[in-house]
Formats: sequence, C-alpha cells, structure tokens
Amino acid sequence: MPEIPNKKRVEFWSGNEVVAEAAIVAGCRFFAGYPITPSSEIAHILSHRLPMLGGKFIQMEDEIAAMGAIIGASLTGQKVLTATSGPGFSLKQENIGFAAMIEAPCVVVNVMRGGPSTGLPTALGQSDIMQARWGTHGDRPVIALVPAYLDEVYTETIRAFNLAEKYRTPVFILLDEVIGHLSERVDLPDDDEITIINRQGPTVPPEEYVPYDTSAGDVPPLANYFSGYRFHMTGLNHDRSGFPTTDPALCQRENERLMRKVDGNLDDIIRFENTSTEDAEILVVAFGSSARAAAVAIADAGSKGIKAGMLRPLTLWPFPEEELKRQVSKLKSIIVPEANLGQLFYEIDRLVAGKCPIRRLNKVGGVPIYPSEVMALIEAAN
Amino acid sequence: MALKYESFLRMQHIPHMWCPGCGIGIIVKSMLRALETLEWDQNDTAMISGIGCTSRAPGYLDMNTLHTTHGRALTFATGVKFARSDKHVIVMSGDGDSSAIGGNHLIHSCRRNIDITLIIVNNNIYGMTGGQYSPTTPIGSRAATAPWGSIDPPFDLSALCIAAGATYVARGHVGAAAPLERLIRGGLKHKGFSVIEVLSNCHTQFGRRNRLSDPVQLINHIAAKTINVREAAKLSPEELKDKIVVGLLHQVERAEYCDAYDQVIAKASASVSH
Repeated sequence: MPEIPNKKRVEFWSGNEVVAEAAIVAGCRFFAGYPITPSSEIAHILSHRLPMLGGKFIQMEDEIAAMGAIIGASLTGQKVLTATSGPGFSLKQENIGFAAMIEAPCVVVNVMRGGPSTGLPTALGQSDIMQARWGTHGDRPVIALVPAYLDEVYTETIRAFNLAEKYRTPVFILLDEVIGHLSERVDLPDDDEITIINRQGPTVPPEEYVPYDTSAGDVPPLANYFSGYRFHMTGLNHDRSGFPTTDPALCQRENERLMRKVDGNLDDIIRFENTSTEDAEILVVAFGSSARAAAVAIADAGSKGIKAGMLRPLTLWPFPEEELKRQVSKLKSIIVPEANLGQLFYEIDRLVAGKCPIRRLNKVGGVPIYPSEVMALIEAAN
Repeated sequence: MALKYESFLRMQHIPHMWCPGCGIGIIVKSMLRALETLEWDQNDTAMISGIGCTSRAPGYLDMNTLHTTHGRALTFATGVKFARSDKHVIVMSGDGDSSAIGGNHLIHSCRRNIDITLIIVNNNIYGMTGGQYSPTTPIGSRAATAPWGSIDPPFDLSALCIAAGATYVARGHVGAAAPLERLIRGGLKHKGFSVIEVLSNCHTQFGRRNRLSDPVQLINHIAAKTINVREAAKLSPEELKDKIVVGLLHQVERAEYCDAYDQVIAKASASVSH
C-alpha cells in the first residue's frame, strides 16, 4: 500500500470525548467528578482510560468534594480536571474561589444546559457564562474558553491546561450541550504541533522557598507537596509566605496581583476568530453552538451580497474587548445570538457604549439557535 | 521522653490564636508526641483542615499544610492522599466543621476507608463564629443561637463514624493526655480511615453560657462524664445512660481505598499490554 504523505490522525468523536482525550494528551492524570448530565461522558471515558495510564479517577460524594479533591491533587503536582454542568458548577463555586486564592492550577469543564435550577438537563443552554465570570464571592481572575468546533475543543482543552499551569489559576472550558454531545470529524494535530506547558517549580532551596514569591513576576513558582518544600496555604488573605494577614496594604497588593496575572497577559490568553469582518457593516458576536449557526448565516449573507461578518471569541473571559472596540466604528449593526436571556449582550452593550445599535436573539427553550434565525436578523439590519 | 517542639512547630507563628486554657493545645501536643514516636518525616506528612478554631492548627505545624474551606478538609485530603498514596495525610476538624457542613464528606470518607487520620476536636459548640449550637451540643445547653436551651438531638460522632464504615474509631478527652496520645498513635498507624474524636473544652463560648466558664472546671466536667471502654463493658445500658465511653471503640481490617485502586490500575494496565 502506498504511504500517504503527511497523514493526519482523524477521529470521529463527540465533544465530551474530545475533552477527555485531549486532557490525557495535556498530561492530566487525575480526575475527580460527580455524575451530571450532559457532562458525564467525560467521567465515563476517564474512568476507563486514566487507570490504563497509571492515572487516578475518583467519583466523589458530591460536586463540592470533586472540586476539593482536584485542588488537593493539584498541590501534589498533578494536572487535574473535573467536569460538570450548571447545578454542579454552582456547587463548586466556593472551592473555585479557593483555588484562585491559593493559586492552584486546575481545569473545570462546564457542559452548559438549560437553567435556572435543574432546568433542562438534556438540552442546551449558554446561560452560565456570567456565573463563570462572577460566580464565586470576591474578586479573582477568570479564564474561560469557549471552543465551537471539535478540532478546537481538542486544542483548547490542551490550552486550558497550559494556561492553568502557566498562570497558577483555575481555567474553565465552557461547552454547551450541543458541542458536548455532537459527533463530528476531528483532525488531530501532530505531536510536534502540540505545546505542553508545565508549572514553574521553585528555583531556590527549600529553606528559602515561599509559595507567593513574586520577585520574578506576578506568577509565583509552585512547589509540590512532599517534595521537601514544606509550605502553608490558606484561603485567608495571606502574604508572600502563605500565612494569614489582615494588613490592608498587603491584602490590597495581593488581590491586585491576582487580577494582574490575567489582565497583564491579555495577548497571551485571548484568542478569537474573525470571519469576513474586513468590510463587514454587520457584525455577529457569538460563541459555541450559536456561533456555528451564525457561521452558516454569514456565508449565506455573503452569497446575497450582504456585508456581514463574525467575531467569535475562543477566550470568552477575558473578553476580546479591544478587538470589538476596534471594529465597532465601521459597523452599522451588531447582532448577538445566544442561548440565554442576554448575558453576552450585556457585556457587548457595555463595551459598545451606544456607538452602534445591537440586535439580540435569545433562546432558552433548549433548542439551538438556527442559521435562518440569525439570517433574519442580518437581513433586518441590512 | 522530652518532645522536641521546634522540629514540629513553626515557632515564628507562635504564640497561637487560641484562648488561654483551650483544649486544642493539649490535642496538638498529643498528636505531635504520637508523630514523634512514629518517626514520620515532616516532608512526607500533610496536615489539612477546614474552618474553625481547630482548623488553624496546620498553620503552626511545619509540614505540608493546607487550610481549606468550611467543612471540606476531607475532600482536599482525599485528593492529596489519592494522588500520593505513599504519603501520610492527617486532618484536624471541629464538631461543626466535620459533622454539620462537612457531614457528607465525613460519612463518605469512612465508607471509602481511605488511609487518612481524622482528629475531631469536639467541644460541642461553634467557637470561632461566636458560640452557636453545633450538631454535638447537648439538648438543654445554651448557645448564642439557643438562648432558651438547645432542642436539637446531638450526634454521637464515634457511633456515626463506626456506622459509616471507618475502620479505626477512638474517643479520648483533653483531661487525659497520655491515653489520648496512644489513641492518636493507634489511628496514625492504622491502615484505613481512622477517626479520633476528642472531647474538648470551649470554656469561652460553651462554658461561659453553661456555668462552666473556668477551663479546669469544664475539663473536669468532661472527664467526670467519661468511662473507659473496658469499665463500660461491665455495666448495663441503664448504668451507662449518662456516660460517654472513651478508649479504642472500634478497629477492623478492610480493604483500603488507594490499595483497591492500585488493583484497578493493575487490571486496566494489563488490558492495554494485551
């Protein structure tokens, strides 16, 4: 048989399968979770796959416990993952804040379903995006990735682990039920196309180590438990040594540093895709399954001679603010289709600040946004 | 044997924040004595806690230490132990932290039989938050939120842990430090989930509201209610009615969780190589 040059590996997977497989490639060997639709397939696959690799899978007694367990494992040096959906994401919020506060790398997948409360467990929603942004108490940095195509779910899952390790912070992957459950062709990157980032370990001997040493930058090196580097961590406000403090200046400085880890590295963290935006007068801003519908509408509009394009964030938080502001001056309308009652609209309305009319399409009945619905708005705006 | 405090304590953080006369100091010292006799390496030992007076203990101890969220210490400890089953993990928790907000994690840790040692400081009250009644406050006792006397039936924590599947359960009290050290040492050595419930004094929050505001008076009050498990065996249920049994209450051998998972890894790995 003749050899096929540059043969790529191709799989036919669901979004949830892609997350599980990509997590393994990223180096994740520890998963703790709790059963919840529509994310459970991630747990199913990892319960099978991780022990084959000498990794650990544990089904905890509840969502809170799963979040605690991955943070504990992270401190031993593991790359860790949990996966959940809306109600479980709500339950995890306190420990997500704890991870942000002690600066423990971890990745949390939320396969979003309809809400509020139990809502629509088997149908899509995109209504947890503001919970991802603001869900835990207190101020803390947020990184949330929203891949829409399964090739991207693969690369963005790996990127989620890389960002968590690089910035010592929780990173969210927000899929919606449609992305989690649809199956499609996945073109896997070659090994040499994949970059794996591991956390920065200590560069000083144990007796000089403190867990929040920022002398070399805003992200302090993190030692592993049981490595001979004994240190303390607490959810209380703490100084560079890791011990509690109520000193107003120290609390102010450390809280601001936490935010600066993300705000100071926007170019590294923010990813987005522009489609037909160069001469667009109408801009659709959408993510996840809504963006897939919008992409069809944009192509359709182009064939009808309508100048419509799409700005599609892959990093939802921090939002690609500068890119939206750059485009807004030449637009006559912005369209925001989303499977919630206006959460992304709220952010875009804030950024656009009246410079351009915004049309919104909000569906919360559990059915995805259709291309024809986005097309109708594009035609109305034209 | 003289204890070398400096080797276990972070002296730069002493004096501690506990009230003068608090029983937690006796319990921490008993634990350190047990650790010293076992010759566990501090680098190989993690000490994890939740929220409350007791949960401030890890900050004073020179090990791998983590002060987590209220009630959740066992979940973090499970992650640490499951990731590094070759290392030692100890949890210290109060009665409210372990059995109210953390009650679900308590029973499931017992059920899993993961090799963690849990020391519960049971002082029958929420101390740090200002003396509210806890799941172990006796009926009729006064608390900041029970000014007319508590009507909530209390948990018997040791009985709860035995029923939930813990494989080592002991109860001691702060009026008897030497037996307490032995009970803690037994729990540390035991392979599986070990619980040492320690009856302790919060004269500041519990005692003050219940005519037991002097620490020695309250410790004596606790001691007077206890009866050793061997003595208790000779008495009828009627005679034991108002007594609290102390000593080693329960010890059985059962598959430890991380060991059981090692079998899963062996099975799964073998399927790959075939």
